[in-house]
Amino acid sequence: MEYHIQAPVTKETAAMLKAGDYVYISGTIYTARDAAHKRMEEALNRGESLPLDLKGNVIYYMGPSPAREGRPIGSAGPTTASRMDRYTPRLLDLGLGAMIGKGKRSPEVIEAIIRNGSVYFAAVGGAGAILSKCIEKSEIIAYEDLGTEAIRRLEVRNFPAVVVIDSSGRNLYETELLKYRKE
Amino acid sequence: MREIQACEITAAVKEMCIEANYTLSADMKKRFEEASEQEESPLGRMIFSQLQENLRIAKEDRIPICQDTGMAIVFLNVGQEVHINGDLTKAVNEGVRQGYEEGYLRKSVVRDPLERENTGDNTPAVIHTSLVPGDQLEITVAPKGFGSENMSRIFMLKPADGAEGVKEAIISAVRDAGPNACPPIVVGVGIGGTFEKCALMAKHALTRDLNEPSPVPYVREMEQELLKRINGLGIGPGGLGGAVTALAVNIETYPTHIAGLPVAVNICCHVNRHAHRVL
Repeated sequence: MEYHIQAPVTKETAAMLKAGDYVYISGTIYTARDAAHKRMEEALNRGESLPLDLKGNVIYYMGPSPAREGRPIGSAGPTTASRMDRYTPRLLDLGLGAMIGKGKRSPEVIEAIIRNGSVYFAAVGGAGAILSKCIEKSEIIAYEDLGTEAIRRLEVRNFPAVVVIDSSGRNLYETELLKYRKE
Repeated sequence: MREIQACEITAAVKEMCIEANYTLSADMKKRFEEASEQEESPLGRMIFSQLQENLRIAKEDRIPICQDTGMAIVFLNVGQEVHINGDLTKAVNEGVRQGYEEGYLRKSVVRDPLERENTGDNTPAVIHTSLVPGDQLEITVAPKGFGSENMSRIFMLKPADGAEGVKEAIISAVRDAGPNACPPIVVGVGIGGTFEKCALMAKHALTRDLNEPSPVPYVREMEQELLKRINGLGIGPGGLGGAVTALAVNIETYPTHIAGLPVAVNICCHVNRHAHRVL
């Protein structure tokens, strides 16, 4: 199925989406990758609040290239999600609505996705130029010193992604390759 | 003795960093088109068309093909009859610094692997220098993204493992990489030498023209067989299932020790970037 969905995502939207669905995401999403996740974890360990409200929000694992004059952002494709796996279950338990990245997730993350009724989307890795066209606004909201790894608030329109792991734990990476396996 | 000024090297490296990140080489484009025809999965075909559109936008709108504009790998073949006026390492790094700044490329290098402070200019490059006969300086700049670099592997096999063991090792590396390495991938392989030599061959193999198979007959056959078997894994474009997982398998070999059979697999995503120039 193909859906146009809004970010932040509601529990109802997340529950409706099935592995293999194609979505176009519009609304507000946030970027965070390795260094920002480490800082968020450290903040939580110190009992501090996070620079973004996780509730229903979407984190896009992405660190852009610099924007040219007059453009909101540079190249902006997904990075490998598994590097964030050790931090992710805690964020999901705190209300994180969905994630956009590419590549496999750990069993612990998949359990946390099921437990919290969340969803994991993949965008096409290495398609940073075309994906940047779906980003209308970009603003750094935390950890500016991290450069490309700072947390950014993005306004996106019709950002294309595939549901890879749905709220029941179905995993497109595991089911689809069997259809084409000859080796 | 021919003289080359350090500033000429800087200028060339700068331009090559930018060129490699905005346009793919002709051999990559050709393989891309051929492979997209072979894809059977509807989603896979859609991803191929997105990637081709991505290349067009990158070139026309001057947006890097991928946001991971890589760590700059620089191969230098320095002719023995060349004298370089200035510091070669500094000249290359200055080219990288200027290229990544002026080309709006991402700065992805941290000064220390554990302290992890960004150097802010994507330096230093990883430079591999060889002395060769002649009076020319041959430069290859290959910006390497780390989504695929992280999925690369090295195997210290036993001589008894033989060709079958080598093939199994290569296929297992690709199978384990799955969707993480941004397929369709290019597989660079080094067989033989020592621990570090085979890794370097695997990296260098990624820069070989994809339309030029290995000059060694048995290696050429192995490349073709592996490409077929890897595409039979079903991983497909984006790892979402399909008939095209790899665009090419490029293998380099080197003599090795009686006790060993090292194999290195350096995986590159579909943005297999390399620019080449001779000064």
